[in-house]
Amino acid sequence: MLKLLAGNEAFALGAYYAGVMVASAYPGTPSTEILEMLSAHKDIRTDWASDERVAMEVAMGASFAGVRALVVMKHVGLNVASDPFMSSSITGINAGLVMIVADDPGMHSSQSEQDTRNFAKFAKVPILEPSDSQEAHDFIEVAFGISERFDTPVIVRSTTRVSHSKSVVDINKKRTTKNAQFNYDVSKYVLLPEYARGRRPNQEKRIEMLREFAETLPLNQITIGNKRLGIISSGVAYQYAKEVFPNASFLKLGMVYPLPNKLIGEFASKVERLIVIEELDPFLEENIRLMGIELAGKEIFPVIGELSPDVIEESAAKAGLIDKTIARNKPAEGLPKRPPLLCPGCPHTGLFHILSSIGKRSAPKKTKDTNESGLVICGDIGCYTLGAYPPLSAMDVNVCMGASIGTALGMERANLDKKVVAIIGDSTFFHSGITGLLSAVYFDSKITLVILDNLTTAMTGHQDHPGTGVSAQGDQTVKVELGDLVRGSGVKDVRIVNAFDLKAIRASVESALDADHLSVIIVRGDCSVRIKTRSGARAVDVEKCNDCGMCLLLGCPAIQQDGDKVHINSALCAGDICAICEQVCARSAIDVI
Amino acid sequence: MDKVNLLIAGVGGQGVILASDIVGEVAITAGYDYKKTDTLGMAQRGGSVISHIRIAPKAHSPLIAQGDVDVLLALEKMEAARWAHYLKPDGVAIVNNHAQPPMSVNLGDETYPSDKAITVIIKNVTNKLYLIDGSGIAKDLGNVKTLNMLMLGCVSHFLPIDVSIWKECIAQHLSKAILEINNQAFNIGRKEVTEILQNNRLKYGLI
Repeated sequence: MLKLLAGNEAFALGAYYAGVMVASAYPGTPSTEILEMLSAHKDIRTDWASDERVAMEVAMGASFAGVRALVVMKHVGLNVASDPFMSSSITGINAGLVMIVADDPGMHSSQSEQDTRNFAKFAKVPILEPSDSQEAHDFIEVAFGISERFDTPVIVRSTTRVSHSKSVVDINKKRTTKNAQFNYDVSKYVLLPEYARGRRPNQEKRIEMLREFAETLPLNQITIGNKRLGIISSGVAYQYAKEVFPNASFLKLGMVYPLPNKLIGEFASKVERLIVIEELDPFLEENIRLMGIELAGKEIFPVIGELSPDVIEESAAKAGLIDKTIARNKPAEGLPKRPPLLCPGCPHTGLFHILSSIGKRSAPKKTKDTNESGLVICGDIGCYTLGAYPPLSAMDVNVCMGASIGTALGMERANLDKKVVAIIGDSTFFHSGITGLLSAVYFDSKITLVILDNLTTAMTGHQDHPGTGVSAQGDQTVKVELGDLVRGSGVKDVRIVNAFDLKAIRASVESALDADHLSVIIVRGDCSVRIKTRSGARAVDVEKCNDCGMCLLLGCPAIQQDGDKVHINSALCAGDICAICEQVCARSAIDVI
Repeated sequence: MDKVNLLIAGVGGQGVILASDIVGEVAITAGYDYKKTDTLGMAQRGGSVISHIRIAPKAHSPLIAQGDVDVLLALEKMEAARWAHYLKPDGVAIVNNHAQPPMSVNLGDETYPSDKAITVIIKNVTNKLYLIDGSGIAKDLGNVKTLNMLMLGCVSHFLPIDVSIWKECIAQHLSKAILEINNQAFNIGRKEVTEILQNNRLKYGLI
């Protein structure tokens, strides 16, 4: 049956028809939709774990208990899951365990650019790399087969242009499942050093067996065309290469570790010139060179960023691999950028505006510029990261999930002569802020911690988390009360304020900054994107407005400037659910239309 | 069979991705191979949104090479200028005459390009620039959200696919409540381009 599917939809269907019984994940672009799609099937147990480590452990537990399990994450999620992941390579599995890891070349929405293929080699587990939606669908069953045959977790690696591209898929519609069964085996599942040592030779032997298996695996395919040029490629880079070199000879690798030495040697001997076209690291290139085969890769094509047909064509032309390249127009210069922003009516805007004001980060147009900044603001990852952009400019550090609290503690410990503030969202807090908070209590820290609670995991598309009380499959469940959790950790000074009450926010922040103890402020408000009906769009009364520019400092996309005059775009304005612009206007010039 | 490389550009929230999804259904119903890719994740936060769409007997890359776009459909005019360099020298640019200034312009740090500047940027690449008052027409129709269907109506003129297939796919994709008004929008968009082409006496066959 033919369907138009995004890569992530195809992964989900492939997993469903491979008989997955348990699936877990934490949202992360470009992987998020996979678990969302799987959650529609009530005969699978799917869950949003608080973080990728727990998600990995859940999948391992299910696999140990004899049912096929899936865990899904983005590349930095694997960083978080790496501890149980490395162990899973030693324990092996029972029923198949497949990990879909989606990389983000070009960092469209990530803090780093990582090539997950390296992680597979590091952990000594096999890794498959589909190049489009059909392969995304088909490779999952193959991955489970490999997992069970060789007693290993298997990574299926995606990238943005596989996960978020749509193409035609022929769907396999047969699903068979197993019943749970645990085979007691302390020497396998309990990694006491003496047991782990006993399993260590298995890891090496397994890689050798997989290498032999790779030689005849149909996912690795030679197609001989013009023998002047032989291209080894994998993933979506293969599709780009096919556009640029339609007549070349190809070795398409579907399993990129371990590599089939003999197959690669055979291909190398059949072509005059051998190159590798791969995105990000010279992973294939270096491993093939280790086999003693001469080839070119990153001396021609870039290491940084996404590949595309034009990047490949231009690099190839420079290296003399193709005769000509078309003369390309340059992008227009000087066009204002359009970065993502906090939405109109966002419950984070008020808090950032207050911090921006207290920290003197921006000045209204008619007053003197000031760059005095008595605050250091350690932020975190979510929609609220956008508070770093002007005019709010209220974030100074942001490195990875949960780091806001730890980095704030480090700054405090260094005796920096500034007030230190940590800002974290609700989902991020449940993910990796709790351990930071425990340390803050234990260190007797005096920082101010702001938890922005919009009751969802917003940036990735409004998924649920332990604090929402709703499961991944839409059922009511036990809700973790954020305030109770914070108080239970030993914090005495916990305040909860309304995200749209600027007076209350300012009072709370000011007193917390002054306090000689750890203060936690939970700023609570609904995400405006989730509220579909709008009323009470605001407007600027031109008679009363004196163009002071204060409202512009909110950074609200609905508040726009035409020359010197400010007006509110009623189509964008969130209206009654927000109205914070009204609160900053000293001349009461903003009101309902 | 023919091939068309279509780039749809706009601002988060304008319905770029829905539009490219419908093009996909239309293309495969008409028997073509189809691949597309979107920039996602931060799209609703008012950032730039691009859909690369490949329609061909067989498509490999979801990304279109710069300089290889046959039709650029822009739902916002600065985005049209931003992506114009992706067009072929004789490519077609269909641009919604609507401006959504980014934050830097709101703050007075940067200036929104003038209509003249935008026209120069696009005409530097191709002469075939069609400016449509899409947002205005959609607003008059009574629902600004019909913009993307209206603009698809414009684009339909340049894709080698019968209009009946468009109608069929739109009907499958949209709920009954909004189908009527979106069909109207599609028809108006298609008519707009027909009239421009007739007035210019330009001939368009299959690209």
